[in-house]
Amino acid sequence: MKLTKTLLATTALTVAAGMVSADGHMASEMTIVSWGGAYSNSQQQAYHNPYMEKTGVNIINDESSAEAVAKLRAMNEAGNVTWDVVDVVAADAIRLCDEGLAMEIDPDEHLAPAPDGTSAEDDFGDLIVSDCFIPQIVYSTTVGYRTDMVGDTAPTSICALFDTDAYPGKRALEKRPINNMEWALLCDGVAKEEVYDVLETDEGQQQALDKLATIKDDVIWWSAGADTPQLLADGEIVMGSTYNGRLFSVIEEQNQPVGMLWDAQVFDLDGWIIPAGLSDERKARALDYIYFATDTQRLADQSKYISYGPARASSAPLVGQHAELGIDMAPHMPTDPNNAKNTFLYNYEFWADYRDDIDAKFQAWLAQ
Amino acid sequence: MTDTAEHSGPMMAADGTPLKTSLNRALRRQKLRALMLIAPLLIFVLVTFIAPIADMLFRSIENQIVSDTLPRTTAELADWDGDSGELPGPAIFESLYKDIFIAQERKLHTRLGSRLNYELTGVSSLFRKSGRRVDDMGEVYQDQFEDLNSFWKKGENWNALLGSDSWMTAQSSWNEDSGSAQPAFEIRAELSALLPETAATYAIFADFVQNEDEDNLLSEDPWAIVYSALYEDLSAGADVSGYSGPGATELQEAAALAADFEVVDFTAAFEDIDEDWHNIEVWQTIQTYSPEFTSGYFLNAVDMKKGLDGAEMRPENEQLYIKLFIRTFIMSMAITCSCILLGYPVAWILANLPARTANLLMILVLLPFWTSLLVRTSAWKVMLQQQGVINDTLVWLGVVADDSRLALINNQTGTIIAMTHILLPFMILPLYSVMKTIPPTYLRAAKSLGATNWTAFWRVYFPQSVPGIGAGSILVFILAIGYYITPELVGGTTGTFISNRIAYHISSSLNWGLAAALGAILLAVVLGLYWAYDRIVGIDNVKLGG
Repeated sequence: MKLTKTLLATTALTVAAGMVSADGHMASEMTIVSWGGAYSNSQQQAYHNPYMEKTGVNIINDESSAEAVAKLRAMNEAGNVTWDVVDVVAADAIRLCDEGLAMEIDPDEHLAPAPDGTSAEDDFGDLIVSDCFIPQIVYSTTVGYRTDMVGDTAPTSICALFDTDAYPGKRALEKRPINNMEWALLCDGVAKEEVYDVLETDEGQQQALDKLATIKDDVIWWSAGADTPQLLADGEIVMGSTYNGRLFSVIEEQNQPVGMLWDAQVFDLDGWIIPAGLSDERKARALDYIYFATDTQRLADQSKYISYGPARASSAPLVGQHAELGIDMAPHMPTDPNNAKNTFLYNYEFWADYRDDIDAKFQAWLAQ
Repeated sequence: MTDTAEHSGPMMAADGTPLKTSLNRALRRQKLRALMLIAPLLIFVLVTFIAPIADMLFRSIENQIVSDTLPRTTAELADWDGDSGELPGPAIFESLYKDIFIAQERKLHTRLGSRLNYELTGVSSLFRKSGRRVDDMGEVYQDQFEDLNSFWKKGENWNALLGSDSWMTAQSSWNEDSGSAQPAFEIRAELSALLPETAATYAIFADFVQNEDEDNLLSEDPWAIVYSALYEDLSAGADVSGYSGPGATELQEAAALAADFEVVDFTAAFEDIDEDWHNIEVWQTIQTYSPEFTSGYFLNAVDMKKGLDGAEMRPENEQLYIKLFIRTFIMSMAITCSCILLGYPVAWILANLPARTANLLMILVLLPFWTSLLVRTSAWKVMLQQQGVINDTLVWLGVVADDSRLALINNQTGTIIAMTHILLPFMILPLYSVMKTIPPTYLRAAKSLGATNWTAFWRVYFPQSVPGIGAGSILVFILAIGYYITPELVGGTTGTFISNRIAYHISSSLNWGLAAALGAILLAVVLGLYWAYDRIVGIDNVKLGG
C-alpha cells in the first residue's frame, strides 16, 4: 500500500505542477510569437529590449509564427491561449480574424498617432487589410540571381525566370501557387491589371500552369525561406525567388556573388495580432506593448537591423543606417521609389477565396 | 484432494467462505491492484494520446457548423429542389438575412465562409462581404417604426413590451456592480403567442446581450432584425387589439399602419450585396453541406466530390491524393527494403564481433540516432546536391562528366537515401538483438555436416533471424509512412508523401476535416497491413530482443 500512496502522491504532485505552470503567466511576463532568426533579432533590438527596459515586463520569445494559425485555433479550442502578441503575415491575420481567433483593433484608439498628429489609421493607410491586423513591415518576394552565372547581361525583368535560353540552369520557386501564378501570367503576355481577372477563370489558371510547365524540369521548389539563399550561395541554382531581406543578407552581409531583381516584386505585409480571449489584464498589457512597438520611431528603428520597410508612412524619412554595416538602408527597402517602379501587391481578397481551389490544382500539377 | 471425495459440498476456505468466492475475491483484489499500478500510465495514454486522436479523427465527418450558423436557412432549404435550376423562394432569403445577421453579431459568419470555401471557391469573401452589409438591410423597417413613433427607438420600451412583468421587476432591481448574475430574460407569454416571430427574435437578442456581450439588457437597443420580425408578424395579420399590457397603444398603432410600410425585397437585397447569391451553385453547396455529418471530407480524400447525383470523381487536374497514397506506400516499402539490405550485414557483424569492438561499432550506429533529424536532413542536402560533395567527388574521379551531374536530391532518390539513413538504426537494433541470441554453434554444426557457406547461412542462420527482420520492417515501415519533414526538404515534387499534404491542411489551409480524413485513411491502411502481416508471418514471430 505504500507504493500506492507514493503513486498517488506523485500523481497529485504532477497535477499540481501542471496547474502551477498553466497558471504561471505572471503579471510581469508576456509571450511574443515571431518568426525567429534575423527577423526576431531585429524585433528584439528595436522593440523588446526598449520595452523591457521601460516597463520591467519580461518578454518570452516563441518562434512559432509559421504554424501560428493552426496553433491559435488549437489553443482557442482548448480554452488556454498562452500567447499575448503574435507576429503573422497579413493573409494569416485575415484568416485568424475570419475564424474569430484574433481581437479586433481600433487603430485610432489602440495605436499611437504619428509625431505630426496624423491619426494612426491614416498613417498606416491601406496597409490595414483586416480589422484585426496591425501592420509592422512591408516585405517583398522577389528574385535573386548569381552574378557569375548569368553571362554578360544580368537579368532585368521577372520573365528571365522563364527564359531558359538566355539563362540556362536551375531556378528555385516557392512550392505554392501564390506569386508563381501571377508571374507566369505576367510573362505570358497578360497585362498587370488583368492578372487576377484572368486567374479567376479555369482557363486562366491552366494558362498559368502551362507557362510554369515550360520550366517545370528546371525548377527546385522550396518551402523554407532559407532554401533559396543557400541554393544561390552553393551555385546550385542560377536564380530563385525569396524574400528581399534574405537576399539583402546574402548580398551585403555574406558578400556572395548574388544580385537581385526588383522587377514585379510582390509586396506583402507582416504585422501583429492579439489573440482573442485574453484576460483583461493580459489584453491591457498586449495593447500597451503594441502601442509602444508600432509608433513611428520604433518602426523606423527596426530597419536598422533588417531590410524591410516600415509600415507607417511617417517612419520612412526616419530610416537610417544598418546597425553593424553602417550602410544606408533606404535604398534596400522594397518601398524605395527606385525599387518600386514595377510592383505587385499581394491580393488578399483574391487569395482568401481562391487559395484552396488553386492550391489543389497546383499540387496536382506538381505531382504529375 | 481427498477432501473433495469425502464432502460433496463446495470447498471452504479457512474463514468459512467457499474457496471459489474467496479465490475470486483475492484475484479481483490483485487485478485491481495491478490496474491501479498501471492506472497513471493508462490515464496518461488515454488523455494525451487516444482521446486527442479520436477527437481529431471525428472531425473528418463533423459538419455541424453549417446548420448551427444558418439554422433557419438550412431547415427551409431541405424542401428546396436544387436540381430545378430555380433560386430558393423569398422566404429562404429572409431566413438567410436573419441567420447571417445573428451570425455576424456572433462573428461566426466568416468561419462558415472559410468552411464552405473548401467546397466552392468564392464563398469566403461572399460571407465576409454579406456580414459587413447585412446590417443595413433591415434598417428600412427599423427606420419606419421609429418614424412612426419614437417609442420604438428605445430599448427600455421594447423590454417593457416583450419582457414578462416578473422579469422586469427583477432586472430593474438588479445591481450591475454587485457581481450577481443578470436575471435571465423571460418573454411575456401573451405576446409570445400573438407575435411569435418577434418574441423568438427578441429572445435571441436578449440572450446574446446578457450572456455573450454581458451587458445590461435595459440599456441596449434591439437589433434591426427585431424590427423586421415585428413587421413580419404584423403584416401576417397578428391581432393585437386584445392586448392591454405596456406599450399596447403603440403596438396597436403600428399594427394599423404596418400595411403601408415600404417592403424590403430580400432576394434583391442579397443580389445587391453580391450577385453570387443568385448563383445556384452557392445554394446547392449550402444544401449539400447542411447535414450535421458529412462524407465530403472522405470523398475529397480519395479524389472524389459530392455532386448533384451523389459522389463523382474530381476532374483530372485536381486528382492528387490517391496518387500520393500509392506513392507513400511504394516508397515506404522501398525504404524498408533498403534498410534490410544495408542493416542486415551491419547487424551480423555487430552480433559476431567480440563485445568490446561490437560496443564501439554500436556507438557508430547510434551516433546519428542521437543527432537532430533536421541536422541530418540538411547535411544530406549538402551531400547530395548537384554542386555537393558526392557529385564533386564523382566528377573529380571522372565517373560522371561535369555537365551531367547526377540529380540525387529533390526527387525520389533523395527521399529514399535520406530516409534510409535516418531509419537505419530502427532496423539494425532489433536485428542485432535477435542475432545475438542465435548460437554460433549452429552454423559450425551445419558446416561440419557438409553444408556450404551459403547453405549454412540460408538454411540455418537466416530463418532464425527472420523475427528480427519482421520487427525491424514493421518499425521502419510505419515510421516511414508518417514522415514529413525529410520528404518535404529533400523530396522535391516527386518524393513527397501524403503526410506532407496532411501537414499542409493542418497548419496552412486549416482544412482539419480533410486532414483528419486523410489521417484516418492512412491509419486504417496501416492497421490493415499490420493485420495482413499478422496473418501471413504471424506477430508472434516478431522479436524486438532476446
